[in-house]
Amino acid sequence: MRALRSKLQRLVFTVLAVSFLTFMLTSLLPGDPARQILGGQATPEALAAVRDDLGLDEPLPLRYLEWLGNAVTGDLGRSYQTGQPVTEAILERAPVTLQLGVMAIGLALLLAVPLGVLSAYRAGGAIDRTITGGTFALLSIPNFMMAILSIYAFSVYFDWFPATGWSRLTEEPLDSLRSAFLPALSLAAVNIAVFTRLLRSDMIATLQQDYVTMAEAKGISTSRILLRHALRPSSFSLLTVAGIQFGIVISSSVVVEQIFAVPGVGRLLYDAILQRDLMMVQGVVLIVAIAYILINFCVDAVYTYLDPRIRHGTT
Amino acid sequence: MAQPESAAVTAEPRAEPGSGAGERHQRPGAARYGIVFWLAVAWLVIIGCCAAFAQWLPVGDPEEINVRDMLLAPSAEHLLGTDGTGRDVFARLVHGARVSVVVSLAAVAFGMLVGGTLGIMAGFFRGRFETVVMAVVDVILAFPGLVLLLALVAYVGQSLTAIALVIGFLSIPIYARVARANTLSVAEREFVLAARAMGAKRRRLLVSEVAPNVVLPLLAYALVATGVIIILEGSLAFLGLSVQPPTPTWGSMIAEGKRHLDTDPHVAAFPAVVMFLTVLSLNLVGDRLRNRFDVREANV
Repeated sequence: MRALRSKLQRLVFTVLAVSFLTFMLTSLLPGDPARQILGGQATPEALAAVRDDLGLDEPLPLRYLEWLGNAVTGDLGRSYQTGQPVTEAILERAPVTLQLGVMAIGLALLLAVPLGVLSAYRAGGAIDRTITGGTFALLSIPNFMMAILSIYAFSVYFDWFPATGWSRLTEEPLDSLRSAFLPALSLAAVNIAVFTRLLRSDMIATLQQDYVTMAEAKGISTSRILLRHALRPSSFSLLTVAGIQFGIVISSSVVVEQIFAVPGVGRLLYDAILQRDLMMVQGVVLIVAIAYILINFCVDAVYTYLDPRIRHGTT
Repeated sequence: MAQPESAAVTAEPRAEPGSGAGERHQRPGAARYGIVFWLAVAWLVIIGCCAAFAQWLPVGDPEEINVRDMLLAPSAEHLLGTDGTGRDVFARLVHGARVSVVVSLAAVAFGMLVGGTLGIMAGFFRGRFETVVMAVVDVILAFPGLVLLLALVAYVGQSLTAIALVIGFLSIPIYARVARANTLSVAEREFVLAARAMGAKRRRLLVSEVAPNVVLPLLAYALVATGVIIILEGSLAFLGLSVQPPTPTWGSMIAEGKRHLDTDPHVAAFPAVVMFLTVLSLNLVGDRLRNRFDVREANV
């Protein structure tokens, strides 16, 4: 319990610090925000009006507290381009990015688990070396390259999946899965490598344990040993890393969403940056950063709770 | 321009003072690294030379637009063909190496210098200084990197220097962590204890006993980090947020090639392959050297 409390304290501190940094990001950096919004030819009157509207003339700490106070109640201001409330825009797009993230991690696990098990079972052999080499190469492919590759393979060469467009999961579930497949695959690629490598090294260690030898001596079948005796303890660290990677995937889907024209949070951020939409950038960065921190916190908490070695403070 | 890579490699076989405990007993030597390692080093040297000497190499003008020659297949005149506006892909690749190499070297140098110094000092002096540094490091690492990078670049601007500095700034926390973890374990070693027992001042301990032993693992780590930076710059360029046209970059070449994917996939394929090989080489070399220096990620 004490551990949990100190973790919660850290969480609150981090979230506050992140919110402060996010705020500073758009306030302290060079350039007058009002001028950035209006462009070079704006009249002094128009600039003054925007400055007044955004409260840019008030002292910085006051502005921060005001912004934070509003943010806590869910009000992140309005977009200066469309007039839409920032919170509403984010909520509208969050399900899309979350769906992509879930599909990407799911797809990666689906492919990585058999590869990892096979690799660990045949450790040192030809299959293992092929898989290990392949995952090493996968780690060197950025997701936008993977996106182009998958568009070329599955959309241009074989006309199986659409290269752009998006259907909502709630409206057309099947079309939605189809339109999300290529972006999810692009995001999954690196994670296939991460998961496979992790599972491989973890399972190689497990397979050397005495109880595995014991199970072999008892004549239990290989597949049963691999799946029940070796995969189960290893699946634990795999799920932890999957959680962490999920946070990374949803926060780094900007590029992939842009390529496939997916209307998610990443695209929202990208458009806001291009249009110098200050309030929107601030809001999206804050929400994405907090989501990322919360995911990591939950992963950490679940890990602590589930692993008796950490729970009792003996490692 | 290729110096840091090759420097890290040539510096490598030197005997490390104080190593031995827990290390695999292998003689330093060329054979052990294998042919793949040296191929990777050779590729990195080639890329480095391209970046350093691009304008003197006989590759043609990377920015010359010639609409009549657009989307040509590879031929003797245009080794790797031409892109959608008739620019020579090979020339653009050679010149594009410059942005990747300059950004990654500058960012790595900046991040490693600042982050490494902070980390070594935090690990050596401990106390309140360490608490503060690591708290700041944790906060910056709490941000999703790409999001922070995009937001920063959008405001700071898209010059070569700005991008290198922003990426370098964002990598400070990682170097600080690696440096601190290594410092903590080096500071416990016998030779540091011996120097201390002989009455060496703290400053001397830090500068001539601890720091030299932290720099090598940090350099090996920096090679892998360079690969990550090339990917980051590529992503920015792909989004059109890196150095502005007409300056060629690999990322923007891939983005340009995406438009002709259905008719002329080679326009996107060549820069993609070059970028992939570069990152792969950096990972390979960095991975080997990291094993050699035994940086345990668990400590980080």
